[in-house]
Amino acid sequence: MSSIEFRKDLFANERDDNLNEVGKPTIRQDILGHVTGSSKYYDDHLFDGLLHMRCVRSPHHHARIRRIDTSAVERMEGVVRIVRPSDIPRNLNTLLSLINFGRDDEELLATKKVAYKGEPVLAIIATSERLARDAVSAVRVDWEVLPHVLDVEEALQPNAPVVNDEYPNNTFDYHERYDHQKLRFGDVETAFANADHIVEGEYQMSPIEQAPMETCGAIAAPETNDRIVCHTSTQALFFSLGTTAKLLDMPSSRLHFVGGTVGGGFGGKVDSLVEPMAVLGAILTGRPVKFMWDRAEEMQVGAPRGAERWRIKDGVMSDGRIVARSFTGFFDSGAYTRLSSYAIIKGTGHLPGPYSIPNVAANVYCVYTNRTPATAMRGFGITGVDFSIECQMDKVAEVVGMNPIDLRLLNAYRDGDMKAHRRVAKNTALIECCQVVAQKAGIAIRPDLAKASSLIGGGGDRAVIPETVTDQASRIGDRRRGAIPTEPLAGATSKGRIPAGTSGEPVVAAEPQREDMRIDPARVGHAVSTVPKSASTSGPVTTPSVVSASATTPGPSGAVRPAPVPTVSPASTTPARPSAFAAPIPPRPTTPGSPAPAAAVPADETPPPSPSTPGGSPHDPGKPFQQGVRRPGVSRFLSGTRRR
Amino acid sequence: MTKTPVRFVLNGTDTGVFVDGGANLLDVLRRSVGDLSPKYGCGQGTCGACTVLVDGLPHLSCLVLAEAIDGRRIETTGGLRQGAQLHPLQRHFMDGFAAQCGYCTPGMLMSAKALLDRVPNPSRDEVIEAISGNLCRCTGYEPIVDAILSAAAELRGRVA
Repeated sequence: MSSIEFRKDLFANERDDNLNEVGKPTIRQDILGHVTGSSKYYDDHLFDGLLHMRCVRSPHHHARIRRIDTSAVERMEGVVRIVRPSDIPRNLNTLLSLINFGRDDEELLATKKVAYKGEPVLAIIATSERLARDAVSAVRVDWEVLPHVLDVEEALQPNAPVVNDEYPNNTFDYHERYDHQKLRFGDVETAFANADHIVEGEYQMSPIEQAPMETCGAIAAPETNDRIVCHTSTQALFFSLGTTAKLLDMPSSRLHFVGGTVGGGFGGKVDSLVEPMAVLGAILTGRPVKFMWDRAEEMQVGAPRGAERWRIKDGVMSDGRIVARSFTGFFDSGAYTRLSSYAIIKGTGHLPGPYSIPNVAANVYCVYTNRTPATAMRGFGITGVDFSIECQMDKVAEVVGMNPIDLRLLNAYRDGDMKAHRRVAKNTALIECCQVVAQKAGIAIRPDLAKASSLIGGGGDRAVIPETVTDQASRIGDRRRGAIPTEPLAGATSKGRIPAGTSGEPVVAAEPQREDMRIDPARVGHAVSTVPKSASTSGPVTTPSVVSASATTPGPSGAVRPAPVPTVSPASTTPARPSAFAAPIPPRPTTPGSPAPAAAVPADETPPPSPSTPGGSPHDPGKPFQQGVRRPGVSRFLSGTRRR
Repeated sequence: MTKTPVRFVLNGTDTGVFVDGGANLLDVLRRSVGDLSPKYGCGQGTCGACTVLVDGLPHLSCLVLAEAIDGRRIETTGGLRQGAQLHPLQRHFMDGFAAQCGYCTPGMLMSAKALLDRVPNPSRDEVIEAISGNLCRCTGYEPIVDAILSAAAELRGRVA
């Protein structure tokens, strides 16, 4: 096993230390606890009088709740409390509202309808787990079964059942304009027309359950100082803390969260579903309450890596150069948003993979279906599309009759190349990786490619942002009114062009929902001006975009809007704001794609005032956590500006 | 609910508890006795995280009726070390990075101990067979097998 070979020579200019730890066994600081069985996972905290919570869950993919009859349960031995949706102070949330992204769309306990199999509608707290199970099975729910949709493209049909009432088009609303995330770089259609070969492929991934050995769970207990302690399996302690404070409408200072010893997570323990329930149970009963998923719940209810479907179309020259690549991607978000909307932005920024392709376009859809909501899993947003891209590369190699490694070397990105999301590639190493693989596997590669280097040949012409064709197709709600093609540019009634070198239009950040979420110039690492920089001088700083500007006044989601003329409209359309946050999007644009800047919210569109931040005043610690605002906006987390 | 008195030897110590009818050994060890080293992973005998030794043989404690262990000898990972002295299996698990999240480790150690108690010189295949009922999701099987083999070698050296 100890066969890790560390090729520092490939990255010699990156680090000046010797990375002494890599490849060598080390003693974990927590391993003594692991081998003696004394590491304290959340369930290893014993409480006298512990109560057990179990949920009544939907047996249907999609159903309306007509009536819930708990009369039999109320007489049962050991039942301490029935927890109903009305017991939850703010029974609506979306996970990323804590970072100002997306609208609240998920109830902790469903009130009117369920949208996936296993969605909870009621919880029962009893003196033992067995009694809680007995009580759950004694609850009678009168379901009105609704038609369901389990396939992403069926969910995009105009007559598909509405999965998520907050997003009645079955797609996440990107940037308050489109039903998908766009990426436009160059002119794929012309390049396809001039290519020697067109290679198309469709790739489908399954949902994958993280399946940690320890199931998700939490134990909450009242402390003596009016706080609630919560021992949890979470991977995201502060996410869970903030989510609990929001749902239960209580200051987070009353919550004492303990975690960190996690029995495997792999992304499946970030959704913060168990902690609010356990804490609520402790508040309602005044006793310690454990809410633990059993293995069946972990598999059925636990959010998996969402399934993805990708269609890739490549324009290839006979010598193996890929001159155009277009993507149509469908993420199966399941019934609610959770983290899928963000995964797509991350994935779109990754396109077209580690290759320099002069013309790239993508339409990526975050689709709601009646499946278990999807969430994080190891490299999510990237893993699925990378699988597709690499399968596609092999397919291209076959078509042009090239060794697949040669093909990758020929098209590999190099330091200084412009990526499709308008960031210059650096620290690239695909060429070196391919060379080492070929050498280890004894595969002969072309002599000129065997000598190639990531440090040589990049930049120059390859650093230029090409003239880019844009479109305004498939705005929010269009799809409900009639089927329109999902492929990039295919549904466009008119197209625009933005000149070469246009990094993007200056945009003004969405109003942060809380004072302490404003962009901090010191953290961003560069000057932030009050007047947005003009596109031609902004370099890679601003988000690539064609903002429809004054013509677009985003209305409520789903509203029909006039398709504006695509123009590059400099500062005039984006009125200045008070200094600190009237900034263009800082480096690492939240939206890789044009023409839909994440934060391109016209200045007349201010977010609804949040009760906790009246008039943008500083956060009031006496008030509960911030409300989820109906606005996808800039966030230092999503935009990566936390990086120095 | 009626409770039944059950006496057993846990890691060399006489132990007695009253158990509910139908209670499983895992719950009794964790909740009534307070030995938290066996873990709940599936509750259906699939994952092996709850493995304990009953009279020297590995059992899935989530499937063992607590009443059935009256008079038996139970060993858990909580009793594996002798005072401050770690068992060779524990030390080799540490040195060989044979645990990541650690949740499967107590069950792995028990399955391994049952093997080494019976077969001092196991082949690699025998080790793999012995832990085939213990799932690890952090994918550490290779280091685990290596650690068990090197612990076996050390134990043989001691006996010789």
